[in-house]
Amino acid sequence: MRAGRLTAPVLAFVGGVALWEALVRLFDIEAFILPAPSAIWTSFVTNFADIWSYGFRTLIEAVGGLVVGTILGILVAAAVARWTTLRLGAMPFAAAVNAMPIVATAPIFNQLFGLTSPVSKMAVVALMVFFPVMANTTRGLVEADPARLELMRAMAASPYEILRRLRIPTSLPYFFSAMKVAVPLSLIGAIIAEYFGGPQDVLGQYITNRAQLFQFPDAWAAILVSAVLGISMYSIVLAAERLVMPWHVSIRAAE
Amino acid sequence: MTAGTESRQADRRPQRRVLAFIAILVAVIVLWEGYKLLGRATGGVWPFTETEMRPRPGNNSMPHVWDVVTSLFGPVRRGGEPLIVALAVATFYTLREAVVGFLVGGLVGFVIGVMFVRSRTAERAFMPYVVASQTIPIIAIAPMVVIWGRRLDAPGWMAVSIIAAYLTFFPVAINTVRGLRSPEPTATELFHSYAASPWERLWKLQVPSALPYIFTALKISAAASVVGAIVGELPAGFGEGLGRALLQFNQVFAADPSKLYAAVFMAAIGGLIFVGVVSLAERLTLPSGVRGAEL
Amino acid sequence: MDFIVDAQKLSKTFSGRSGTVEALSDIDLQIEPGEFVSLIGPSGCGKSTLLRLIGELLHPSAGRLIVNGKDPHQARLDGDYGIAFQSATLLEWRTVLRNVELPLELADVDAHGRRSRAEELLAMVGLSDFVDHYPWQLSGGMQQRVAIARALGQRPPLLLMDEPFGALDEMTRESMQQELMRIWRDTGTTVVFVTHSIPEAVFLSTRTIVMSSRPGRITHRIDIDLPQPRQFEIRESPRFFELLTEVREALRQGEKLS
Repeated sequence: MRAGRLTAPVLAFVGGVALWEALVRLFDIEAFILPAPSAIWTSFVTNFADIWSYGFRTLIEAVGGLVVGTILGILVAAAVARWTTLRLGAMPFAAAVNAMPIVATAPIFNQLFGLTSPVSKMAVVALMVFFPVMANTTRGLVEADPARLELMRAMAASPYEILRRLRIPTSLPYFFSAMKVAVPLSLIGAIIAEYFGGPQDVLGQYITNRAQLFQFPDAWAAILVSAVLGISMYSIVLAAERLVMPWHVSIRAAE
Repeated sequence: MTAGTESRQADRRPQRRVLAFIAILVAVIVLWEGYKLLGRATGGVWPFTETEMRPRPGNNSMPHVWDVVTSLFGPVRRGGEPLIVALAVATFYTLREAVVGFLVGGLVGFVIGVMFVRSRTAERAFMPYVVASQTIPIIAIAPMVVIWGRRLDAPGWMAVSIIAAYLTFFPVAINTVRGLRSPEPTATELFHSYAASPWERLWKLQVPSALPYIFTALKISAAASVVGAIVGELPAGFGEGLGRALLQFNQVFAADPSKLYAAVFMAAIGGLIFVGVVSLAERLTLPSGVRGAEL
Repeated sequence: MDFIVDAQKLSKTFSGRSGTVEALSDIDLQIEPGEFVSLIGPSGCGKSTLLRLIGELLHPSAGRLIVNGKDPHQARLDGDYGIAFQSATLLEWRTVLRNVELPLELADVDAHGRRSRAEELLAMVGLSDFVDHYPWQLSGGMQQRVAIARALGQRPPLLLMDEPFGALDEMTRESMQQELMRIWRDTGTTVVFVTHSIPEAVFLSTRTIVMSSRPGRITHRIDIDLPQPRQFEIRESPRFFELLTEVREALRQGEKLS
């Protein structure tokens, strides 16, 4: 059953890579148009130590911003959920900010916190992560089922107890779906912020530098690193979700 | 049962919403100016410490809000057109690139979504990669696409549009699949009972049910494709879009920081306009009450 | 005689955009300890509203209400009643056992005490084998049994039930009624039971209160003199049918009035 489910995607992957390699070799496609998978792999292995150290620096920026943005998002969500008037203004505000290209603030943060400081990249990431986390967590805290609220009232639960035993558990699925958006966003934010300038020993700068020299296999190898980092961070969120709310994961599996 | 009291509150909500929105905006401005005031009072260090305040509260890194507004109406350079005109032109340029890519990406994403729903095998083989690609910083390849395009002598805007298309494609494809699958089994049975062809079922049942999902994806993609267009312009080396404007005003930051802030402000307005147009299209297409399917 | 519920001239109006709605008007209702009282009537007759006034989930607009000898607010804080709704309203992140423990936790019962009490209650509703299951793993009838067990947690003198079997199929519904009869006899608790099913009201209650709508008010009070303990077969007795007819006629009359 499980093995059968994996067959199709694995075949698609192997087939896709083989086809890619064959096309490149058969038609002698130049590396700047499409590098062969083997060339990317060679670059990945040759520059292994370098690109992973760049990846690590980018990861620090992403995680630093993610942590700050998430904590701020949760704190503001708690306040916004508590005061209705604040919520009426804050939710459209968050929606509006979400429509804006926040990465455009990267040059400003570079100026404010220093071009070479990782703090400037973290600030961009934190700002990008803040709004989805805040908006989703607020919605989760506010949207408790009226029947359940009535039940809690019938059992003479205090507002604090309602928060602890009803609102927080209800908000967890919302929080985790926000984290699933925020985690890839943090890595994207860090890399884009790097495109706006700063130290050279990071993924974003490496990718643009190598691409400008037409060393596309190197650039692709760096993207491979970012992909591995992205998927790893995402998996950590999935594992945490499973750990924190086993009931939710099993409901989804059953459906 | 408590609907009565709630609807009475709802009557006053639109005004309260606008007031609260303005209050938050004012609070942000007050915080900004307050931070600057504090810095002026203490000479740029945190009170009771020797630690330097970061960001620096001085006018050459954090200009007054009114200075940014004033600079919008001042000339770009001596004798040039007003900054706001130059930025509006740049925003329009970037939006145009984004829209072209957005439309192409949305259409391709929709078609692929329909194909996935028609073929279980195709979905099983490729869906994991479509989903996995969401966790990868897709936008990282933006500069490469641009350099590619230049090497192939394609016009600069085309590379940027391709990036926007790419960013739109994935969310639309995924949500199309979800949306086409969303009708209740009984609704599908109803269509079977009418002896409806698969084609009729697609257009009369599945696509209408999928629209809220697709619009949710489109709103996300609209914002993303503006980002994609800006990022794509960074290495493109042509000086008409927002990305270029950001780099240009970044270079004169030391002399006139308010210009960079103004450029970021216009980028924000550009994103808002794009997403706003998509939301408007959603409002016109969908009956009220079915808006807002979750991703 | 001390009544467990004593309502005099009780009224409730809701005000909304489209004006005010008189949900309940001039309700007089006295319930003695140990009674099983059903509230029946067309939708919109305010039977659920009356139940919520007793539970202080809503506040009366006018009139006097005493629950278990006190102000309804105090009665709620003291845990004088347990409540069950049409939906089981279980918390999906808690196991069956922990769902039943919830009211005991809120009443600061120690961990050992609430565990043994919850196990006892689950044994009473026949769910001892499901203590560690999550709600979604249970059928609708089983979920409702958990909700009833939860309502009985603090041995409340009063049990408020708002169409608890309304969403169940007929077969499950009848076996749940049988079970509720047994629990009512074993615990000696007073039950106020909202329903729109005539056979359910007749089979379960010692007294059926018939209500009509616009405005919601009590039109008939019918004593159900079927012998106790009632078994399934009583549904086939002539007296059962007579009572069904009596309640049905009362409902029709009430409708004509409004």
